[in-house]
Amino acid sequence: MARDVNASLAREFGLSAEEYGRVLSILGRTPSFTELGIFSVMWSEHCSYKSSRVWLKELPTKAPWVIHGPGENAGVVAVGDGLAAIFKMESHNHPSYIEPYQGAATGVGGILRDVFTMGARPIANLNALRFGDPALPRTRNTIDGVVRGIGDYGNCVGVPTVGGEVNFHPAYNGNPLVNAMTVGVAPANRIFLSAAAGIGNPVVYVGSKTGRDGIHGATMASAEFAEDSEEKRPTVQVGDPFEEKLLIEACLELMATDAIVSIQDMGAAGLTSSSVEMAGKGGVGIAIDLDRVPQREADMTAYEMMLSESQERMLMVLRPDREALARSIFEKYELDFAVIGTLTATGRIVVRHRGRVEADIPLEPLADQAPLYHRPYSETPAPAPLGAVTDPLGVRASLLRLIGCPDLCSRRWVWDQYDATVGGQTVRRPGSADAAVVKLEDSRRALALTVDCTPRYCKADPEAGGAQAVAEAWRNITATGATPLAITDCMNFGNPEKPEIMGQFAAAIRGMAAACTALDFPVVSGNVSFYNETEGRPILPAPCIGGLGVLEEATQAARIAPPAGSELLLVGAVAGHLGQSLWLREVAGSEDGPPPPVNLAAERRNGDFVRRMILTGKAGACHDVADGGVLVAVAEMALAGSVGIELDAPEIAMPAHAFWFGEDQGCYVLAVENAAAVLAEAAAVSVPARRLGRVRGEDLKLAGGVPISLGELRAAHEAFLPSLMGG
Amino acid sequence: MKAGIVVFPGINRERDMAIALAQAAGSAPRMIWHRETDLEGLDLVVIPGGFSYGDYLRCGAMAARSPVMDAIRAHAARGGAVLGVCNGFQILIEAGLLPGALLRNASLRFLSCDCWLRVERTDTIFTDHWQRGAVFRSPMAHGDGNYFADDPTLDRLEGEGLVAFRYVTEQGEATTTACRNGSVRNIAGILSPNRRVLGLMPHPEDLVDPLMGGTDGQPLFHGLAAALAA
Repeated sequence: MARDVNASLAREFGLSAEEYGRVLSILGRTPSFTELGIFSVMWSEHCSYKSSRVWLKELPTKAPWVIHGPGENAGVVAVGDGLAAIFKMESHNHPSYIEPYQGAATGVGGILRDVFTMGARPIANLNALRFGDPALPRTRNTIDGVVRGIGDYGNCVGVPTVGGEVNFHPAYNGNPLVNAMTVGVAPANRIFLSAAAGIGNPVVYVGSKTGRDGIHGATMASAEFAEDSEEKRPTVQVGDPFEEKLLIEACLELMATDAIVSIQDMGAAGLTSSSVEMAGKGGVGIAIDLDRVPQREADMTAYEMMLSESQERMLMVLRPDREALARSIFEKYELDFAVIGTLTATGRIVVRHRGRVEADIPLEPLADQAPLYHRPYSETPAPAPLGAVTDPLGVRASLLRLIGCPDLCSRRWVWDQYDATVGGQTVRRPGSADAAVVKLEDSRRALALTVDCTPRYCKADPEAGGAQAVAEAWRNITATGATPLAITDCMNFGNPEKPEIMGQFAAAIRGMAAACTALDFPVVSGNVSFYNETEGRPILPAPCIGGLGVLEEATQAARIAPPAGSELLLVGAVAGHLGQSLWLREVAGSEDGPPPPVNLAAERRNGDFVRRMILTGKAGACHDVADGGVLVAVAEMALAGSVGIELDAPEIAMPAHAFWFGEDQGCYVLAVENAAAVLAEAAAVSVPARRLGRVRGEDLKLAGGVPISLGELRAAHEAFLPSLMGG
Repeated sequence: MKAGIVVFPGINRERDMAIALAQAAGSAPRMIWHRETDLEGLDLVVIPGGFSYGDYLRCGAMAARSPVMDAIRAHAARGGAVLGVCNGFQILIEAGLLPGALLRNASLRFLSCDCWLRVERTDTIFTDHWQRGAVFRSPMAHGDGNYFADDPTLDRLEGEGLVAFRYVTEQGEATTTACRNGSVRNIAGILSPNRRVLGLMPHPEDLVDPLMGGTDGQPLFHGLAAALAA
């Protein structure tokens, strides 16, 4: 490691010449190798948000129920009964491409730590996955590894994986997206924060030993991939869910005492970011003695220890008189516990190793003078309008093709590998409702949880797509009867140094902000993942939204399976919008046109009406209209309930395929007992609603068409993933 | 009924089990950290599901060699009731309290889904709240639940009536497709010769509340509570 520190090494570490100049002026000297490492990870895109910060400020983050918004390890909202929900979603895209199994597994582990570090017991995991063309062998390999990785980690730690989404597009061939979300629950008055306090207090390291894995992972996640990405495998961390489970239990046991002053997990940039952020937020200094760090390998250097991203580690500041108590809890779980430093009044981070000072950096400028870029951006040109599109296939055959296509087929093959019931609180499992519903222990309440984004909409019109992602999350929560409260966002984009990518990002934020404001659905946590490109080809932009809502009575959670004998109503205005629809892509073979517009006022009005119908017992089931349009929604309801549905001919002036497969926003299918009464209530509040059909027989019957038996429908729906993945 | 739940490092379904037991018995079970060895006064010892010691080495192998297992063996030898579910079943087998082995699922993938189970005999403390031949639904969630034993052992188990549950279709037929993990002869749960020790892979404790989708699993716990009432 005896390399000269200079501008060229700084560039290898991901720092620009200008950024390296700033390092020199802060220190007033040439940094040591370790110091350069610290600056480079703290100022990496992944840790510093240097390209996105100016835009993220535009997102609304406040509401009366928000306890902690962005800036903490995760967002915190009050959910009633004195409880708080703590949640966040984070990307692990780059590692999951290099090594799908460990990349995905450690993504789950990392987001779990962000949540339990705040004092919450994790109660649910979700994930948003985007894969490349399923016909490619590499895609199959990625799917297999990612699904196993998510499953093995979540199953072992005993947190149910209750929901998520999976999409495919060739734009993800060289860059899959793996976004993991964790939701936890804690008493609202027992939230743990990361700001260190108390000069002289011990800084304690707990969890796994530090090894050489994941060194410089945050920098790797801040660069595009080239053909040599395989060589980056050593920068991927290795997860140990068993260790994580012990760490959860030990931390929660310690958190029940008064020992902890502050706590933070060691995530990206490991010991560096946790110590710098804790001390920085607390306005104190920190002295670390690396000789005391539990080490897995011999002869690790200061640089390696400071930049290691070994998993399942936490850093805490303790009350000095509680050190013995804390040690006994971690010994019970056979976890390492080491006092590795103290808080100081110097305002500096000082790292010692083998009697030498390896780093001595003032904390304030490290944070305050972190680069902040107003990157040039260019707006995405408005897509050309979609002309009339004729139906080459007919409604019946189109439905069978759509319901079996990669983006709409059953995800059973995936969710059968995720333990969805551990904990005994899962009210609605995957596929049974528009959002997962998980009850809060010792309360009548439940949380409704969803993950949503439609990247093809975002590519065509990032502003409309950003608004749509937020609106769809709100809609999915509403469709269970829950009141939407807040979101976490995971922004997956290409290289921000390209103006067109920055333009996508800025527009998506604008759209999201408008929707969050209109729907009272603030952003409380999030993550930005740039440089999702391989060899210069960017992904479809994906501002993935993790939404959270609350049901006062868990028993009122709606499902999508319609009760026997009920009538189906369509709530919301249907315009037959086919631009960017899955029908257009899968049946007409085109990815053209603008995405469906989102009318936020109508969205709110329709959703508030639907929620009222569910909570007053007037709607027995509900399913929102999303990918594939009205007919796909109806078919999914028939399959979920194993019931036949008879549809009326739509009395509306548009082609049948536009009515059935258009992806108009703000629409729901309700199953009701008394259609006339519900239609009258809708009219009274100016919500468009119409009769669609009824639950009857054993087939899906379109007026005048050949009925589709449930067996045929199910076979078409279930085939794709098992046949792709070999059972 | 005085019930205790043994918690090894990595066990993760102890809370589910506690809910099911408390609901049936009217009082919370005792939680027993694996370093404790005093099981005095317990009518029922439960080893719940999870990943004891991370399933490293072999599922259940390390837990089976921990000190509390001697206490559990002594409890069983006294005729005490023992229930092992999922990882608990794997641990009971590794500890020699039940015969056979639990191999990787036939698909070589983790399987989390509902299954249907048929009750094979009802004159036990675990099953007497069911009718003979009753079919009930249960969640299951495991990577290594593929029950295997050699033919003489299987013939002995069958001959002595020690198969408690089999994977079946909703209609009660023991078909190959109904047995998704590949278990030999569709075996989902087995009993000790004195029928006081039961091990099974599925999780009836996760289906004891209509809110969570049903109460199919309740008879197991109500049966135990009634049989072991002081």
